[in-house]
Amino acid sequence: MLRKTVLNEMHRGLGARMVDFGGWEMPVNYGSQIEEHHAVRRDAGMFDVSHMCPVDLTGPDCRPFLSRLVANDVAKLTVSGKALYSAMLNEAGGVIDDLIIYFLTDTRFRVVVNAGTAEKDLLWMRAKGAEWKMDVRITQRRDGDNALGMIAVQGPNARARVWQVLPQAKAATADLKPFFAAEVDQYFIASTGYTGEDGFEIMIPAAEAQAIWQKLKDAGVAPCGLGARDTLRLEAGMNLYGQDMDETVSPLDAGLAWTVALKDSREFVGKSALTAAGQQKQFLGLVLLDKGVLRGHQTVITNHGNGEITSGSFSPTLQQSIALTRLPLGVQIGDEVEVDIRGKLLKAKVTKPVFARNGKAVQ
Amino acid sequence: MSNVPANLKYAASHEWVLVNADGSVTIGITDHAQEALGDLVFIELPETGAHYEKDKEIAVVESVKAAADVYAPIAGTVTEVNQDAADAPESVNADAYAAWLFKMTPDNLADVDALLDAAGYQAVADAG
Repeated sequence: MLRKTVLNEMHRGLGARMVDFGGWEMPVNYGSQIEEHHAVRRDAGMFDVSHMCPVDLTGPDCRPFLSRLVANDVAKLTVSGKALYSAMLNEAGGVIDDLIIYFLTDTRFRVVVNAGTAEKDLLWMRAKGAEWKMDVRITQRRDGDNALGMIAVQGPNARARVWQVLPQAKAATADLKPFFAAEVDQYFIASTGYTGEDGFEIMIPAAEAQAIWQKLKDAGVAPCGLGARDTLRLEAGMNLYGQDMDETVSPLDAGLAWTVALKDSREFVGKSALTAAGQQKQFLGLVLLDKGVLRGHQTVITNHGNGEITSGSFSPTLQQSIALTRLPLGVQIGDEVEVDIRGKLLKAKVTKPVFARNGKAVQ
Repeated sequence: MSNVPANLKYAASHEWVLVNADGSVTIGITDHAQEALGDLVFIELPETGAHYEKDKEIAVVESVKAAADVYAPIAGTVTEVNQDAADAPESVNADAYAAWLFKMTPDNLADVDALLDAAGYQAVADAG
């Protein structure tokens, strides 16, 4: 039995093609995935991300708890509303999940974790809280009486469309810098996203989600499915949990070194394993020079040994196939490599792991 | 609801087959298949002159989402490929029955009779 978000009926009403996404019945597209992709790069699109799980942390030990729990350093969170992207590691330094932490007050943080990993994340967090004897209460907000719906509205015109629908939120969010959140009445509005475009991720009481979705639709925001969400995040060079990293992959090998605060004396789960192993691979981009489509698990042949594609697809912005890869150390940006696609060796160019942001190609 | 023309024959693996007056067959993927795949971005066609057994992988269609094999619905030799479809994969999304992929000379034209008719394929498509 697939789980359904509070917006399931809206997707069906719009004629979405629904798929099983990690046990959730989610829209993959509402027609053309490529048109949905362009809507986000050029105007405004929205995604139902209610399958993701907001987790509220409350209590006096929130900060010391998060400081030990995740690889990035919550000491960077000094201004209320600021958000931090981090990996949560196991003792071996593998990635249990990647998540966003929003700092509200010293006794109240909100963490948003991935859909498919939410149950194991909650178990892990609660176990660690008990083990460290921390006074922190961990409350999931995806199910039950206080459930939240979550809609990501993304694109150059996303903010304006959200203000059209929630005018009371404009004053508090008009000057919101990227990676911040503001609470306005029952609404939690964050300038975060997974597309490489400006916009908001809004968390709202589940009972209001359908009405707000409809108002956004009426305001001209294009409903977009998980298909476009994947090509948008791929172009933006953003990792997808389960593809670009998992519990067997170090964040240092998955392009997440920028999120790992290793330099100071702070202890966190996985730190000693990361320090011991160091970086073994580099996370880089590929643009296919021949005709075809790069896909996950294809082998990349370089002068420094073989690597592997972790995510690949066709880029609607570049009109070429692109991929994220884990390549041997020694491979340089600009190198030409070969990719084994069904036994044929096709030429590709190594790039930085980012292809398009803010409406423009960056390769 | 996808379109299943009555004048064609079908394979359960989502290819359509048109028998031409000269005994050759024209083959493409069904409307149901293009709809399930979504926006097509790449098509790999077989080599002209190559012989394929029934149910062998003969071509590949790739959408933004996934790659899918196209299987030879009957045994035969490829006589012609539609380069226009490979150059504009979206033409298959626009009209899967106009944008054919390749033509074959069947080893045995009677093999076509064993394929599904429109009602039979509609049942396959409806089942998933």
